[in-house]
Amino acid sequence: MSGEVVIIGAGMHPWGKWGRNFVSYGVTAAQEALRDAGVDWRDIQFVSGAATMRCGYPGYVAGATFAQALGWQGAEVQTSYAACASGSQALGAARSRILAGQADVALVIGADTTPKGFLAPAKGERPDDPDWVRFRLGITNPTYFALYARRRMEMYGDTQDDFARVKLKNAAHGLANPNARYRKAFTMEDVAASPMVADPLRLMDICATSDGGAALIVASADYARRIGKGDAPRIAAISTVTPTFASSVIEMPDIATDSAVAADPHSFRAALPRKAYAEAGIGPEDVSVAEVYDLSTALELDWIEDLGLCARGEAAGLTRDGATRIGGRIPINPSGGLACFGEAVPAQAIAQVCELTRQLRGEAGERQVEGAKVGITANQGLFGHGSSVILTR
Amino acid sequence: MTTEPVLAGWFTTGEQPHLIGSRCAACGSYYFPKLESLCRNPVCESTQFETVELSRTGKLWSFTNAGYQPPAPYVAAEPFVPFAIAAVELEREKMIVLGQVAEGIGVADLKAGLAMELVVETVPDAAAPEGKLAWKWKPMETQP
Repeated sequence: MSGEVVIIGAGMHPWGKWGRNFVSYGVTAAQEALRDAGVDWRDIQFVSGAATMRCGYPGYVAGATFAQALGWQGAEVQTSYAACASGSQALGAARSRILAGQADVALVIGADTTPKGFLAPAKGERPDDPDWVRFRLGITNPTYFALYARRRMEMYGDTQDDFARVKLKNAAHGLANPNARYRKAFTMEDVAASPMVADPLRLMDICATSDGGAALIVASADYARRIGKGDAPRIAAISTVTPTFASSVIEMPDIATDSAVAADPHSFRAALPRKAYAEAGIGPEDVSVAEVYDLSTALELDWIEDLGLCARGEAAGLTRDGATRIGGRIPINPSGGLACFGEAVPAQAIAQVCELTRQLRGEAGERQVEGAKVGITANQGLFGHGSSVILTR
Repeated sequence: MTTEPVLAGWFTTGEQPHLIGSRCAACGSYYFPKLESLCRNPVCESTQFETVELSRTGKLWSFTNAGYQPPAPYVAAEPFVPFAIAAVELEREKMIVLGQVAEGIGVADLKAGLAMELVVETVPDAAAPEGKLAWKWKPMETQP
């Protein structure tokens, strides 16, 4: 079929706290993706980079930075920044170029080197910046994750043990993933013994920040067929919608929600997959595997419900019953998720798609979801940035 | 005691403090902090706002605490004492506003749905040794 864009290569640099320049992680990931695709770097016509804000000017122009590092060869470049959704926007840019007939094959790439501890705002006294305001009041990223987690406890009766079970499950998945940073089995006691960061979330409920890099080679279906990859996983949808006013769930870094006096209240998280399902022409019942943004253990439960994989309030039960494990009814985060990776912001959404690519090709080894045909990702970042990508095969 | 707010123009002080927000003159949507440019309701094109005091009471939507000292620009007392944080739903404004919880009240004292009121307390400040004022949320009565 023409008019389709497929993923013919995926590559990653292992996640960790390596302390090296982010460019080197991206180069490793790109080379692996090119080898996986069987495409020569000089044949890449478009480089779509996801930016990092923490590595200076080369990070702001990541597309060009990676193109230079791989050896200038005259490709067109673009750089996208959308917080946690940067990788999906970069993927969307590449897809648009290919659908417009302006390129046949493109590299989508993101990498990051992260500092230790809490993410903090830019310096200076800046009360006009909501990010500065919330940190002045002592409201960190885990504050928001914890407000959502506590809300689940109050609304649905979820417990801290329910959240810990997500950690145990993801840790078990990540054991078999050579690209995961944390490959260690956890017990309920391990989680309960970790320090409380933002009640009810403990250190082992909250994802770390990591170094890492991920890359995809995307191509028109015609190009893929020409190089013998006609059965490559297809991009069925990319959703990067904004929230709809009145956005009624308190969102990082805001200090207040929209007012729903003159407009109906809307949930941003739920809107992201809704558009993806509509674009792909499928529904939650068609999904075989999902990679969701478990910034916290409890947030994975919210995502399962936002993706429509169960009714509101039922995700903890689903996890208790083992349905979200590999081998269960609807495996969630077979890669090990952010629990095992930690977040490398511009690489993370791309890494989610790398995992789905391997799953849909049946090449995920010990963490393979049997017969995976449809995979969906979901993530959300700072105010109004989120994404959901669907691959089918 | 200091009278200088940590964020100038964001709240009133005194016995019955209020957060200061905006209300769109056309569609009635509220904003906190103040908004004076274009109404963010996509069906509204108003640029007229009145400055209003937001409801000083609301219902607790969710809550947490800071178990570790947050990074700057947060300024901690020595030694750092964990503090609770509340998300409070204002009924008239149909919006949720965050804030620290009044000193001495922890997560064990809180429950969703609890009636909360706005108070003002002194918090440490990097430039002002006597501290500055900040708004906080406080349960209107202690839990049974």
